[in-house]
Amino acid sequence: MSDTAAGLLQVGALIVLLAVCYRPLGGYMARVYTGEKHSRVERGAYKLFGVDAKAEQTWAVYARSVVAFSAVSVILLYLLQRLQHALPLSNGLPGVESGLAFNTAASFVSNTNWQSYVPEVTMGHLVQFAGLAVQNFLSAAVGVVVAIAVIRGFARSKTDRLGNFWVDLTRTVIRVLLPICILGGLLLVAMGVVQNFSSGHEVTSVVGQAQTLPGGPVASQEVIKELGTNGGGYYNANSAHPFENPNPLSDLFEIFLLLLIPVCLTRTFGVMVKDKRQGYAILGVMGTIWGAFVFLATLFETQGAGTATRAAGAAMEGKETRFGEWASSLFAVSTTGTSTGAVNAMHDSFTPLGGGVPLFHMMLGEVTPGGTGTGLYGILVLAVLTVFVAGLMVGRTPEYLKKKITGREMKLVSLYILATPTVVLVGASLAMGLATARASILNTDSPHGFSEVLYAFTSAGNNNGSAFAGISANIPFYNTALGLVMLLGRFVPIVIVLALAGSFAQQQPVPVTQGTLPTHKALFVTMLVGVVIIVTGLTYFPALTLGPLAEGL
Amino acid sequence: MASNLPGSVRQFGVAIRALLVFTVALGILYPLAMTGVAQGLFHGNANGSIVQVNGKDVASDLIGQAYTMDSGKKDDKGDPIMVADPKWFQTRPSAIDYDAMGSSGSNLGPNNPDLLAAVQERKKAVAALEGVSESQVPPDAVTASGSGLDPDISPAYAALQVNRIARERNLSVQQVQQLVKESTEGRTLGFLGEPRVNVVKLNNALAAL
Repeated sequence: MSDTAAGLLQVGALIVLLAVCYRPLGGYMARVYTGEKHSRVERGAYKLFGVDAKAEQTWAVYARSVVAFSAVSVILLYLLQRLQHALPLSNGLPGVESGLAFNTAASFVSNTNWQSYVPEVTMGHLVQFAGLAVQNFLSAAVGVVVAIAVIRGFARSKTDRLGNFWVDLTRTVIRVLLPICILGGLLLVAMGVVQNFSSGHEVTSVVGQAQTLPGGPVASQEVIKELGTNGGGYYNANSAHPFENPNPLSDLFEIFLLLLIPVCLTRTFGVMVKDKRQGYAILGVMGTIWGAFVFLATLFETQGAGTATRAAGAAMEGKETRFGEWASSLFAVSTTGTSTGAVNAMHDSFTPLGGGVPLFHMMLGEVTPGGTGTGLYGILVLAVLTVFVAGLMVGRTPEYLKKKITGREMKLVSLYILATPTVVLVGASLAMGLATARASILNTDSPHGFSEVLYAFTSAGNNNGSAFAGISANIPFYNTALGLVMLLGRFVPIVIVLALAGSFAQQQPVPVTQGTLPTHKALFVTMLVGVVIIVTGLTYFPALTLGPLAEGL
Repeated sequence: MASNLPGSVRQFGVAIRALLVFTVALGILYPLAMTGVAQGLFHGNANGSIVQVNGKDVASDLIGQAYTMDSGKKDDKGDPIMVADPKWFQTRPSAIDYDAMGSSGSNLGPNNPDLLAAVQERKKAVAALEGVSESQVPPDAVTASGSGLDPDISPAYAALQVNRIARERNLSVQQVQQLVKESTEGRTLGFLGEPRVNVVKLNNALAAL
């Protein structure tokens, strides 16, 4: 079979797998968040937490719960790392230095999973499975429940209540994430991923050289790393590491996992707003852009531009033999479109334009299809903007899902859209202005060095976590700056979008008339694709011309 | 519940309790249960697919190794310079010399002059070792993998090494080709990933002869 035919079949198989799960999982999640009954385990949990499961919250209380829970999470994760040396199962590693511990805590709580460290020699098993993996579950769940609250904002009317954060969070963990992780984690072990508590297995090769093989409960963490669009590798090489991703089948399964919830949430959205076509339209936008980026990345990687790449004969630097260019490009686009940031190949060594594709994909704001929950609420904000722009063109009061878009909503939408680019671009400019920060660049000889810095801040601000990993980010400046960018890039948009949901929930629905723009048809899908690319993409165009475009053209 | 406390303070109390409950459930019970089941059902996989030759643990089937020997020369730092051991099939270049406790790629960019120089040097070395022209050296032979622990090479690079191995070990070319065939995997299900030869399996088979 030719490379192209096999590569296309690989993409096709992924789409079929997702299509099979779309209705069952999407519909199941809708029932999870609309059901009245609490299971016995859940009732026990609410008693332990000290919450009244029947009491629904206003947007402000919901937002305060998100922020309080995340703040406490940052503190606990920070302390776990600092005190590592005094805790069991730490592989004899010392406590983590304060700047790095802050950065890592911010990173995992914000669902970014940016890693300034080499896990094998920094984080013992305990910090990984009792700290980092717990946040892999919880930060993913936080993203999902915020999206659910936003959906309720559209689905409900004349109420100031958006649901109960603690109930939504608990249900996400118990009814959605955990069952998939148990099944998926065991499947990963069956495919060859390790799951043990060994602190290192000594072997002596047939030529007499010693090698220590790392251990760890990897599969149980790997599965939530992908499913929760987290992306933080148990090992430094992430999903390029054979113990995390041993073969092409596990690779396809991991890509499937990281797309699963963001894709199926569009169905949940359609069911909850009682118009499934709206979900298909949103999915259509996500799929169109994702597909275009897969095409571009694969094209650039198989062409193999770059002086070193040409000398080698193909773009195999930083890629694994078992994956090659096709599976590496598919992974790169899916991981940067979902705010995951796991990698099965090193993006820093991608061809100039091939590496620009994942960078630009993150800049779109992680909405194609985006992180767990974050992708859905992100694209709904852009849908509101699209309806507004269309309304301006024809001179009508714009409305989306029977809700009027007034000055108040548009102010919130504008703030939302400006928040992430602001922290990304201010951060990147600051880094380029400081000599100590510039000294961290690995590829200093070309615009590629600027791309490393831009990639780092784009990844942090959009909570992706992948890197042009040549950059030496474990210095006080980057640990602090990127840590702050991750927290701002996560929680400022969450508060704004919850305020927006609160505002919609209070409205009375307006009747659909002949003049209403249908938001489930091809015209709207096309316009929304345009808005995603133009509004968010062009914000970064000047920065892109200095990096990948300057290098690749 | 202390309902007279201001709302934000109360949320922090709930947050702490919830986080502790989730940490016990997801951070302790979940990984322990998963490890228990995985060790029971898939013992070999869960422990890293360790393989033995003559009763000794020599490798993991999944993790590449360096098949090199001391050249007798030292580098600037005084460390011995390792060169390819001609008696063994060679794995890909590695940014970390196959040190499994620090997986990493080189992260060098596609136009990086150091990478260009390294590729050209490796090409020359592989061509000399195998007695072929530089144009015959496949890309995976001169590029470092993403993990630095890639156990696989392309079938083209394996084929290039067959004659040398046969010569060095006094084996027939057919015998060596047969061994290569046994360590070769096509695309999974016919279309996933790339065809490849697992060098660790291959060299362990050579050692067991």
